[in-house]
Formats: sequence, C-alpha cells, structure tokens
Amino acid sequence: MNRIDKLFREKTTNILSVYFTAGYPLIDSTVKIVRALADSGADMIEIGMPFSDPMADGPVIQHSNEKSLQNGMNLKLLFNQLSDIRKEVKIPLLLMGYLNPVMQFGVENFCMQCLRVGIDGVILPDLPPLVYTEEYLSIFNKYELYNILLISPQSSSERITAIDKISRGFIYIVSSSSVTGSKGNFSDDQMSYFKRVSKMDLVNPCLIGFGISNRETFMNAGIYARGGIIGSAFVKILGNDGDVIKNISQFIKEFKSN
Amino acid sequence: MNYNVDERGYYGVFGGAYIPEMMYPNVKELADNYLKILNDKKFKDEFHSLLKHYVGRPSPLFFASRLSSFHNTKIFLKREDLNHTGAHKINNTVGQILIAKRLGKSRIIAETGAGQHGVATATVCALMGMKCIVYMGQTDIERQLPNVLRMKMLGAEVVAVTSGNKTLKDATNEAIRDWISNPADTYYIIGSVVGPHPYPDLVTRLQAVISEEMQHQVKEVSGKKNPDYIIACIGGGSNAIGSFYHYLNNESVKLIAVEAGGKGIDSGETAATMVTGRPGIIHGSKTMLMQTDDGQITEPYSISAGLDYPGIGPIHSYLHEIKRVTFDNVTDDEALEAAFRLTRLEGIVPALESAHALAWLGKHQFHKEDVVVVTISGRGDKDMDAYIKYMEQTNYYKSE
Ligand SMILES: Cc1ncc(COP(=O)(O)O)c(C=O)c1O
Repeated sequence: MNRIDKLFREKTTNILSVYFTAGYPLIDSTVKIVRALADSGADMIEIGMPFSDPMADGPVIQHSNEKSLQNGMNLKLLFNQLSDIRKEVKIPLLLMGYLNPVMQFGVENFCMQCLRVGIDGVILPDLPPLVYTEEYLSIFNKYELYNILLISPQSSSERITAIDKISRGFIYIVSSSSVTGSKGNFSDDQMSYFKRVSKMDLVNPCLIGFGISNRETFMNAGIYARGGIIGSAFVKILGNDGDVIKNISQFIKEFKSN
Repeated sequence: MNYNVDERGYYGVFGGAYIPEMMYPNVKELADNYLKILNDKKFKDEFHSLLKHYVGRPSPLFFASRLSSFHNTKIFLKREDLNHTGAHKINNTVGQILIAKRLGKSRIIAETGAGQHGVATATVCALMGMKCIVYMGQTDIERQLPNVLRMKMLGAEVVAVTSGNKTLKDATNEAIRDWISNPADTYYIIGSVVGPHPYPDLVTRLQAVISEEMQHQVKEVSGKKNPDYIIACIGGGSNAIGSFYHYLNNESVKLIAVEAGGKGIDSGETAATMVTGRPGIIHGSKTMLMQTDDGQITEPYSISAGLDYPGIGPIHSYLHEIKRVTFDNVTDDEALEAAFRLTRLEGIVPALESAHALAWLGKHQFHKEDVVVVTISGRGDKDMDAYIKYMEQTNYYKSE
C-alpha cells in the first residue's frame, strides 16, 4: 500500500506535512533534514526540487531554490542522496517542484527513480490536470507514483469534483489566492471556502497548504481538512544560523503539542 | 496549411497552458472569451478607430532607395517605428486594454524588459484611466532609466524585481505571481506572443494588423502583388508574427526571423533560442527554450534588451519545426553596423532590435528585382546610449 494512503488511514486529524527545498541551506542538508523531520514527528515530507523560475512561490522559497541551485543541486544528485533513505525513514515522502526539470530528466526515468528510492507522490503545480491524465497518468501508475493535484479558492465545484476523480492520495487545498509564503491568520472567507470543500464529500482526503505559519493556522486547517502543509515558515528557520537540526525539533514540537 | 492554434491551445506540440491551478480561472476566462470579443463588431470598430487616430496607423511602407542600391535589391521598410510610443508594442496593448475593460477588470499589470511594452501599457492605461503596475527587473531599470521615468510620468507604478537575474524573465515571473495573488480585479497584458494559451494567439491576432496593411501597401508601392521576402527581428516574436501572419499560406513569400546572436552563438552570450535551445516550458508555454541540461532556464544575452528572452513564442517553434519560417541570427556588432547604415542612408534611426532584421540584408544575396520588406519594429531613441558608445569606440565623429 502507498504510504500516503496508509497515513490517511491510520491518522484522521491534524496531519502535519512539511516542505523544504533539497540542497538548502547546504548541498548535503537534504537527508539530514528529512531525518530530523521524521524523528521530530512530522507525518509527511515534501522535498522541493529547485527550479530557476518558481512562479507559484513567494520570496522565501524562491530564495531557497536559488541557493540550492547555486549549491549544485539537480535531480540526479537528489536521487543519489535519497538512495538509502528508506532504510531509516518510514513516513510518506513526496517530491515537489516544476515540470520542466522533470521533463528534461525524462518523465518515465523520473518515475522509475521515485520508485527506486521510495518516493510516494509528486506535486507539480504547473502540470495541468488534463495534460497529466492525457500524457503521464499511465506512466505514473506503472511506477505506483501518486500525482497530487491542487485546488484554489477560484476553483469551481465542478472542477474540484473533476480533480477529485483523477486524484490519488490526497488533494492539496491552496488556502488563498496567493503564492507560497506565510501571512496572518485565515480570514472568514478562507474558512468558509475550506468548509465548502469539506462538505463536497470528496473521495480523497484534503490537506491545506500555503500560508500556514503557526500553531493557530495549523489547528484551523485541521477543522475542515485532515491537516496542513507548512512550507515557507519552515524554510525560513533553516536559513537561520546555529544548530539547524535542533531548530527543527523545536519547530515541529510547537505544532505537535496538544 | 493551417497555422492557427488548435482548440487545446497548441501549435503542433508547442504551446498549451502549463499554469498552476491558482491561475486557471483567469486564463480560462480569457480563453473562453477572447475570440468572441475580437470578432465583436463594437470591439473591432473601437480597436481600429484607436489604431487609426491614436496610434497613427496605417504605418507607412517606405521604399528605401539608397539602402536598396547598397544591397542591390528593392527594400521596403514597414515603419512600426512611427507608431505612437515608437514601436509595434502599442498595437497589442490597445487591443488588450479593450479586452480587459470588457472582462470588467480595473487593474492592469505588465512585465517589461527594455521598457517599450511597459511604456505602451502605461500609455493605454492613462488613456483609459486604469491603474497600471509594471514589473521590471532591477538590472533593466538601471539600463533603461528614461523609459522608467516615462512610465512613472504616465502614472504607472514601476515595481523593481530583484529575484533571479533581475531581467525580463524574472519580471514575467513576478507579473504572474501578482496575477495569482489578485485574481478578481486584475488583467495581465503580456507583451509578446508568449505565455500560456490564449496569449500567443491573442497577441498574434492583434499584431496581425502589420501584415494586413502590407497586403495592399506592397502592391501600391512596389507594383508587385506579393513581396519575395519579409524580414523581422525576433525576441518573443510579436512583430515577426504580425509581419508574417497574412502571408503564412502564401508559400512564395520567404519569411525570415532574425534572432539576437549576441556575441556569437558559441560564445555563451547569446539570445539565439532556436540554435541554442531545446523544447521546454517557460511562463506556461511549451516552446524552444534556452536551458541547462538539468532544465534550469538560463539567462540570455543581447545588446538589445528587447530581444534577450530565453524562450520564443510557441507559434515560432512550430513554424521553425515545419520550416515555414527561416530562423537566423546576427551579432551585436552586425546589428550596430546595420543601424548606422540605415541612419546614414535613409535618415531613420532604428531600434537596436529592428537593426537585427536590417543586418540580415548583408547576409544574403538577393536578386535585383526582389521585393524585400523589412519591419522596423521600433525607433532608436531608447538606444542612444548604446549608439553613442559605439560612435565613441569607432571614432565615428572623426571618420565622417
Ligand atoms: C522595438 C522592438 N522590437 C522588437 C522587440 C521584440 O519583441 P517581439 O519579438 O515580441 O517583437 C521589442 C521588445 O521590447 C522592441 O521593443
């Protein structure tokens, strides 16, 4: 069974998924951060594949992408770094990034490598659902890889239903009309959008991402979805000097404590 | 042959709309409505009236007799440089602002490199009384200060982009991010035949006025029904496709697109996408793209700020693939030389971009009776710094 399905079966609420960019702050930070996140109690990890032009990302993740590329990160190296990750990490691991580097690597080759190292799902915001189903679905299925699709406050109900039909694993609810980056708390409009989606009786479970920066926004995400995804707020602490790994366990503790 | 975009937004394998879900409703709204609007009688009347009385169209097709003698053929210049604001860019912004109004949008955003598209956008926003935000790379802001000040005088807010290499590609990313964050009231006026479907087709149709006018002008000034050649410079490809559009199905007309070779295609400092690129995805479109082996988009170089885009419009990738259009490139130096030649022989100072099209004249053997149309996409006022530098370096003042 795909580890994503297993997670959603075993844990019903407040699932905590964390994004960071591979190769940031240092080229060999990737595995250390995955390990620290898993040890600290994160439920799922999204490993960012850096891209020169991350059009759906705000300044924090843009910066980590830029730095990671300067550090020399690329897909081949990333798969090498992750070669033995399944010997120690059991939680679901996803890769997140943009389509072009994956296309140049070769989509089939990419899926094959994901299967080899134990990646459970992929998030490619600029791969439209229609192109995915027409061109890539069969390849993803062949390598047992889930493609996680996004919905936004602008998505119509019909479109959300259509996206639900072709989704596997979970649906990524983008919390607001925005690029990634932490803002204040959720507005009433945002909460009613989450509620609207939760009432749709979708086949797939949902996680809310974009703009989850603290315990309060995370807990609010948990009201109408199965949990939340933290990106920029986490990447920000990696940029800080000092003991990166210690920062991680402190950071996660804040979200996990009851 | 059918050169139009298909209903899914592709030209062959190129094009499409590789955009995040957050942008989907806006792009879909435009895709669902643009043809209806373009074909609406009231839109057409308003668009053509503005092109005539505000932009100053039709732009002349001028027989350049001294330049013709020099190249030993017959050269006709399509004078887009005489348009209001000094380039072909305004054809597009006039059309798109009318579309924005019909879609009920009140806030306009745009990207700009050299500042020409930014000025053309700020201009129509002033005309229509609409709020205008222009994204421009910090590097370009420093290189093109007069255009920045012009945009501000026109009432636009110019936002300095400091991400990436701080040039056109990054300004476009930032405009896209703005649109994602402001989906309700904002319309994005893109500046060339690039971006997700329907933009490449929309901008193509708006710039097609260039070749529409040529059709009767060529007969009138040359006596021949069709030209033998049409030559245009190409960055994203809007003045080129505008110049080619009505001749695409006329195989007797040779269509030449001239890319910026920069310091030479093997120098690593070039913007010649067709030679150095391969298919990839940039700004929502699958097209020829300058990139690393790992699929990271690289920074192009050209002396002309309007041509240094690492991609190219998807329709051009298609026309290149099926060989309907010949793509070639010229270097910075060849373009500079051609700019001075036109200036001295015809009293026309061209934009550095347009000078690339002119430079191709020296790279080809024409017949004496050939009718050769060259599109002068813009005027050279904005490039005076580069021209002055060239004159100083070559002791131009002394030698003349
Ligand atoms: C005068 C002029 N010509 C040409 C271009 C290149 O654009 P395109 O290839 O879309 O015509 C520009 C772009 O800024 C320009 O200002």
